[in-house]
Amino acid sequence: MSNGAPPIIEVKNLTVVRGGVQVLDIPSLQLHENEVLALIGPNGAGKSTLLLAMASLIPLTSGEIRCRGEVITSDRSVLAYRRRLAMVFQEPLLFDTTVYENVAAGLKIRGMARGDVRKRVMSTLELFNMAHMADRYARKISGGEAQRTSLARAFALEPEMIFLDEPFSALDPPTRLALTEDLERILNETGTAAIMATHDQLEALRLADSVAVVNRGSIAQSGSPVEVMNRPADEFVASFVGMENIFSGKVTATGEGLLTVTVMGHPVQLHGSARAGEEAVFCVRPENITIISDQGGATSARNVFPAVINKIVSMGAYYKLHLDCGIPLVASLTLQSLSEMNLQKGQRVNASFKATSVHLIRAGSQ
Amino acid sequence: MELILEGIYKAIALLVTLDAEVLNITLLSLKVSGTATLISLVLGLSTGTLLALAEFPGKRLLVSIVNTGMGLPPVVVGLFVTIFLWRNGPFGFLDIMYTPTAMVIAQAIIATPIVTGITLASIQNLPANLQLQILALGATRLQMVLILIKEARLPLLAGVMAGFGGVISEVGASIMVGGNIKGYSRVLTTATVMETGRGNFDVAIALSVILLLLCFLINYVLTRIQQRERPR
Repeated sequence: MSNGAPPIIEVKNLTVVRGGVQVLDIPSLQLHENEVLALIGPNGAGKSTLLLAMASLIPLTSGEIRCRGEVITSDRSVLAYRRRLAMVFQEPLLFDTTVYENVAAGLKIRGMARGDVRKRVMSTLELFNMAHMADRYARKISGGEAQRTSLARAFALEPEMIFLDEPFSALDPPTRLALTEDLERILNETGTAAIMATHDQLEALRLADSVAVVNRGSIAQSGSPVEVMNRPADEFVASFVGMENIFSGKVTATGEGLLTVTVMGHPVQLHGSARAGEEAVFCVRPENITIISDQGGATSARNVFPAVINKIVSMGAYYKLHLDCGIPLVASLTLQSLSEMNLQKGQRVNASFKATSVHLIRAGSQ
Repeated sequence: MELILEGIYKAIALLVTLDAEVLNITLLSLKVSGTATLISLVLGLSTGTLLALAEFPGKRLLVSIVNTGMGLPPVVVGLFVTIFLWRNGPFGFLDIMYTPTAMVIAQAIIATPIVTGITLASIQNLPANLQLQILALGATRLQMVLILIKEARLPLLAGVMAGFGGVISEVGASIMVGGNIKGYSRVLTTATVMETGRGNFDVAIALSVILLLLCFLINYVLTRIQQRERPR
């Protein structure tokens, strides 16, 4: 997303220590114009602390924040910086007044003229399809409407960048979907750069141009969503992004960019570079595993394993098959595929995946 | 029962005839307790807000002291204010002992911890991230504090009611530092004590009824304001 343009926000060597414990250590992180950056990671990873630190809402122990190249240092520059951004928290945190007054709050804080406030608030409420709710009392509206009001309050400021701290995590799925769609539309329409903390990978995949995986106060990996999802940098990232098949074994053969790694006596072929005898850790996404009837069925995949279905778990929109093929494998399957193949627990099948579907996380001498 | 009814009739008679002495006593009660409540509001709101927002060593101890102060016995306050304002005391030169001013001071000392404690609790009960949200909206620290106080206004009104209720009904400190001087420092509570001591139960009941009515009226007005602010 950088396109050579200077970043709106640049964080360098940022650390935050609380109670003698270092809770954040971010050597470098940038947010560019029109970019949506998702901070993903488990609860307690430090996503919210990182957002607050980047918004200059908590003191840094060391490091610096630059906004369009300018270092944020004094109280005055912090206030000016905060007035260029907006933030939405997990809870709507609405004021004890009407929807209109809530959306107007930040504008009034900035001393905007009453007539301009009215125009801006009404146009923002229309953007969020909430104009009819302007006079409703904020404490009497639903959770989804309250969070929509909170978003409207943030966008009414026409910020250069918006910080979103798991804004939809407390909402029911349909409301969450509707708000995600609205946010996506408004981010596209306004071109506002955004940093969003979330533990929902689907939300990150849908909205983000880039993803940073946060673990224990550090960034474990950053890159495009596709890259992070398919080429995780380590076992933690692999596990967090849903790589349920993570294995370690010994490289037993190499040649033409193809490795053979033997796991529990079973050879797995994959692309990568390593030397024979080295330990290798690799992973395969469940979606990349194909199930073939044991009656036959052709496949060009290099890795084909006879397997027994140990368990079939419904995940709502799809199913997960836990397979025993000498090594434990998890495959995901649509309901249609499951029905067509009439798969049952205990049934014998073949599990296959391509060498290109396997991601080598690391290899080396142990 | 007859005694009580007689007292109520007497109260009605005193109210209807606008008895000059009763009127003066009532107005002085309102003036002294109202001024003391206003002073306690200024001191309590600022101290309570500061205590709620600031982090410093010994904060818990200070909060415990404030909470203890919420139940400060008026006679203890009366005793110490007397010592301080006594002719030979540290503030004896002010020459305000046995004056309404001394009563205002004593009552403000009683009400301030009540308002401080309720302010502290009200601000602390606001959502933890609200301060950060307000700052993220571009507020200065002063704007943030004012918005927080505005957000806590409904429980703060309860603080005003508790503070005013605490001082208008106290007698120990007022009698000790005011002296219950007729036409000068006599208020409803001190007059009630005096009339009861004299065996004039009807007058004492009448004064009590007026005191209750006063408390009710003021709390009714504040409650109306509080309820009007409630969500539609």
